Amino acid sequence: MLNATLIALLVVMSLALVRAIKGPSIHDRILAVNMFGTKTVLLIAVICFTFGKPEFLDIALVYALINFVSVIGVLRYFEFRNRNQNGTRNGSEELASD
Amino acid sequence: MIDLLLGYTSGLLLFLGCFFMLTGAIGLLRFPDFYSRMHAAGVTDTLATILIIAGLMLIAGWSLALFKLALIMLFIFFTSPTASHALARSAQLCALRLTQTPVEKGPADAPRPVAEASAPVSKMEAAEGT
Repeated sequence: MLNATLIALLVVMSLALVRAIKGPSIHDRILAVNMFGTKTVLLIAVICFTFGKPEFLDIALVYALINFVSVIGVLRYFEFRNRNQNGTRNGSEELASD
Repeated sequence: MIDLLLGYTSGLLLFLGCFFMLTGAIGLLRFPDFYSRMHAAGVTDTLATILIIAGLMLIAGWSLALFKLALIMLFIFFTSPTASHALARSAQLCALRLTQTPVEKGPADAPRPVAEASAPVSKMEAAEGT
């Protein structure tokens, strides 16, 4: 069952990569990359049990942290870039709502 | 006996996790809209992760690996909905472009049921031809 999980994870990761390449908007790509990162954490955890190396779990933990921080960082970047591009009207509304 | 039961339970949990994961990936690939894609990915992501890590925890037994897996599961349990929420909020803030595209695509998507309706006809014709 571990090997089947490994294969299913690889299939899911390839499907997420297809969406990340095809994605029409930038948010589709970010969504696919987020999913890819989560599945990478799972892949490392499953590989740790398949090959019997319990040290890999630390790498999975650190990868989960980096994945979350990078997704939030990229989202903030595009959010602020969009605010600056849309002029003062939208920006003032957002600042007032914040 | 208890080892056999643990093996079957972890296999079942891993299988359910794979099923939800594949469902979410197919939804991510096939859905027409960004928000429905995010629904498919965000809903299945947390559940599949928790199921697969629970299956691995049953394999690990009482050890340090169990604690690390519990940490990973706790972290993903909190960060995956947070990332989905941040993504939806960012998409809504950029919605000036995102909502324009589905509205423009609306009439273009309308002939799609006709195309889908014509597909069984062609199949029937092919069946009659054979």
